[in-house]
Amino acid sequence: MNIWLTMILGGLLTYGMRLSFIYLFGRFEIPEVIRRALRFVPPAVLSAIVIPELLMPSGTLDFSLGNHRLLAGAVAILVAAWTKNTLLTILVGMAALTIFQFVF
Amino acid sequence: MNRRTKSFLAGVRAEFPLLVGVFPFGLIYGALALESGLSAAPAQMMSSIVFAGSSQFVAAQMIHQSAPGLIIVLTIAVVNMRHLLYSASIAPYIEHLPTRWKTLLAYLLVDEVYATTIIHYEEDGFTPTSHWFFLGAGLALWTTWQVGTALGIFLGTAIPASWPLDFALPLTFIAMVTPVLKDYPVVAAAVSAGAVALIAYSLPFKLGLILAALIGIFVGTYLENRKSAKETL
Repeated sequence: MNIWLTMILGGLLTYGMRLSFIYLFGRFEIPEVIRRALRFVPPAVLSAIVIPELLMPSGTLDFSLGNHRLLAGAVAILVAAWTKNTLLTILVGMAALTIFQFVF
Repeated sequence: MNRRTKSFLAGVRAEFPLLVGVFPFGLIYGALALESGLSAAPAQMMSSIVFAGSSQFVAAQMIHQSAPGLIIVLTIAVVNMRHLLYSASIAPYIEHLPTRWKTLLAYLLVDEVYATTIIHYEEDGFTPTSHWFFLGAGLALWTTWQVGTALGIFLGTAIPASWPLDFALPLTFIAMVTPVLKDYPVVAAAVSAGAVALIAYSLPFKLGLILAALIGIFVGTYLENRKSAKETL
């Protein structure tokens, strides 16, 4: 398949999924249980992305001190919990990773 | 300054800190897309046609491995399945808008825009102009992603591979998720989703991600129902 066609089909499917419920909402009654479940979408999806990035940076579980991403991630979580400041969290996290890579 | 402009600029401002993480991620995407054998035009256009970071990385890798087009299309769709959840989650807040707004906002509904906008809706409720906030956040992210991609394509291999720029993205997600962890159903949702993501990591097409998200959502909802059942007794 041509590269452009591949991108256009992939893009259309992605857009279709983003539009899906936005388009359907109001046309159907959404059950109460689903409405309540939606509150858990951000923490569930974001953790499912982040946790493997921290614990399996090279594809296998790594709890050692040599896992710089885990250490820097832990620092970032503390900064985020304490300050609730996105910019600071990213900057301190990047600085921490750089320092850990340099030191260990 | 009228209310629409104010709301729009508030969206841009709220998105700004996340852009610090998104921009370097765009740089890496641009550089990696060229390395994968894509030429500059499709590499750049993928950022507006597909417009979903992680799936663009996977697609570029698969193009490099000369995977069949149909498999690449399906993989993009599976990696982006979480957008279904975002769509369902944001839908009640923009239900009243005309279709042209819905079609535009849906296009902008990527991770970082969703996270900023849903927090805005959940905290401030919705006002007659809050879709302008959504638009501001979305366009700020979109522009940053296009410029980041372009610069990545331009710089290409001049970006040292040893720079851990890709870590900026998990950091933005950490910054978004940590402040939300306020009660135990939410914490349980996050922890169980994280645990399943680790266990299911080796599933093909990043299916582990969507499985982990669904289980996390289920655990959170279950615990909250139990909690509220106890409180009403």
